[in-house]
Amino acid sequence: MKNVGIVSYGAYIPKIRIKTEDIAKAWGKDPETISKGLGIIEKSVPTLDQDVATISVEAARAALKRCRINPQDIGAIYVGSESHPYAVKPTGTIVAEAIGATPIIKVADYEFACKAGTAAIQTCMALVKSKMIKYGIAIGSDTSQAAPGDALEYAASAGGAAFIIGGDNIIAKINETCSFTTDTPDFWRREGRKYPAHGGRFTGGPAYFRHIISNAKNLMEKTGTKPEDYNYAIFHQPNGKFPLRVAKMLGFIPEQVKQGLLCPYVGNTYSGATMIGLSSVLDVAKPGERILLASYGSGAGSDAFDITVTDLISELPRNNAPLISDFLNNKEYIDYAVYAKYRDLLYYD
Amino acid sequence: MRDVAVIGIGLTKFGELWDKSFRNLIAEAGSKAILDSGISGKEIDALYVGSMSAGRFIGQEHVGALVADSSGFAHMHIPSIRVESADASGGLAFRQGYFSVASGMNDIVVIGGVEKMTDVIGAEATDTLATSLDQEWEAFFGSTLAGTYAMIATKHMHDYGTTREQLAQVAVKNHANGALNPYAQFKRPISLENVLKAPMEAYPLTMMDCSPVSDGAAALVLCAAEKAKKYTDKPIKIIGSGQASDTLPLHGRKNICIFESTVYAAKMAYKQAGIKPKDVDVVEVHDSYTIGEILAIEDLGFVKKGEGGKAVENKITTFDGEIPVNPSGGLKAKGHPLGATGVAQIAEIVMQLRGEADKRQIKNAKIGLAHNVGGAGATCLVHILEAM
Repeated sequence: MKNVGIVSYGAYIPKIRIKTEDIAKAWGKDPETISKGLGIIEKSVPTLDQDVATISVEAARAALKRCRINPQDIGAIYVGSESHPYAVKPTGTIVAEAIGATPIIKVADYEFACKAGTAAIQTCMALVKSKMIKYGIAIGSDTSQAAPGDALEYAASAGGAAFIIGGDNIIAKINETCSFTTDTPDFWRREGRKYPAHGGRFTGGPAYFRHIISNAKNLMEKTGTKPEDYNYAIFHQPNGKFPLRVAKMLGFIPEQVKQGLLCPYVGNTYSGATMIGLSSVLDVAKPGERILLASYGSGAGSDAFDITVTDLISELPRNNAPLISDFLNNKEYIDYAVYAKYRDLLYYD
Repeated sequence: MRDVAVIGIGLTKFGELWDKSFRNLIAEAGSKAILDSGISGKEIDALYVGSMSAGRFIGQEHVGALVADSSGFAHMHIPSIRVESADASGGLAFRQGYFSVASGMNDIVVIGGVEKMTDVIGAEATDTLATSLDQEWEAFFGSTLAGTYAMIATKHMHDYGTTREQLAQVAVKNHANGALNPYAQFKRPISLENVLKAPMEAYPLTMMDCSPVSDGAAALVLCAAEKAKKYTDKPIKIIGSGQASDTLPLHGRKNICIFESTVYAAKMAYKQAGIKPKDVDVVEVHDSYTIGEILAIEDLGFVKKGEGGKAVENKITTFDGEIPVNPSGGLKAKGHPLGATGVAQIAEIVMQLRGEADKRQIKNAKIGLAHNVGGAGATCLVHILEAM
């Protein structure tokens, strides 16, 4: 069977940050308890002129800067998000146009809570394997919503990553992927509603943990691997605690999780979360290293990937675009009042 | 009136039981109780079930028929009665079932208590708890059940010098006990600091002063005492049953630090049993909030009014104290599935009197008391049981 994998990658995280303690103070909560409880120090915030379209374009451009691919060879773009700027009209067409990949291209937007981006990777893999396309771009990107005062407000942030999937010039081979999906209503946003609702602790045990653990186990059974075979493990990160706990439950150690765990510094970028984690790992990965990734999307499902880094990663000019560490260091803080303005909390009819 | 005994008990685990529905829970507890008693289904004359608010929590009324049906008794067409008195519904179901056997109308009845609280979000659960208050005079103006108990706690601190730490100590003790109970929602001991530093619910009560939102069910089989030995070597006789009411809102009471419903229900039960508080070996009280346990031990006569906080501090109510209170972990640690609570309390007393409470067994327990309160004390049920 034809090899398939990642040809290049790029990410984008807005530089505006708000500290967990500033949000906690605005709501009269104890900052230390909240910050420690969630394992989140600060989160990224989109400004008024940033949305899923701009973040996706930035990430796709960054991916193209690292490789020598003619945009016209890109046969598909799928953008996964739960904050597409339009309810009807795709984000993907904006990205395709912006990077010069139109008009002979397959485009669609995806939504599966926080795992729409990894679902897009799977679609691109299938199209490449079946030779329907040469290259495809899978993007996970969000400017996620949180009702003022909701626990989600400490986590919901902005960012995204793009992966060029292809059959040649692969820097990281995707050996296997599998999914685990059920109808589990742990978190949702109805049509026309501004903010999502969630089932509190129900989003943990029967949702996040059951789906990731079942799926990661299925993946390792398929590939005949064990946790210690992996150099890196990336799990969906709705907060700083869950990915470490799920790692422990599966038999991984914190050292394997650390490089791909960005939530404490940028918050939960939803569809971008595991994909930014994978970008951070690819920023430092060496040939031969092995990566396990398990995303999670409420509603609910998990996509898992077994990935091996190839020799070609040494030739990829990774510094042609900002590394995740560059995004982490390039930041500017705002207080809750400015945050309220940026996140449209001050709207009135 | 003839004597009545408990011959079977059944409990589900209490907690956030995402994979179990209302009907699963009551069917599980009921079948466990029937198996424990050794009766056959055909011998059951009636079912009594306590549920506070199935209508609001799961959108289901007509609970009596549902319970009979989901327990597999629909084809027997036996009477099935749902009773309600807020979170004292379980205790009330027990009392009604007890009356029906004592009167001679029934020989064997099954008592159930059940609540499925986690199908709604936290705010809805809080609103539903507040329906046990006076809607027009209290809840409508924003008072929650926690807020109401908080007012009582503040007054108790003011009038009797009860301290914040003494309140917290109730939760610490009950978590220590709950850690020994396989059915408990919380099996982790906690520190005084955990309680004091938890998020504030309503001053002076933090989240850790409050019982949790829980799913769960409990069931008991009652039988005329003269026939009880046919089924079990260890029947546990009901020797006292008391019930009393009080004004629904707090503002109608002479002293909000006294639950007169408890005082009167206890008087009734002690009189029937012919005992005094000092004769009781083990107690389960209604600690939906930590201040509730302090009021209970005072109003039940174990300590003088105002000395409840000090009694807790001096460890009189611990496992090996003078009067062990809530060896099950209480509502705080065992969990508080509203309708199930009163039935589960009696199940714990039965386990203690049978000598089957394992690691939490109170030595030489002969007489046990269960105290079940509805809302902020407008209903109270007190039951006293004794090993036969």
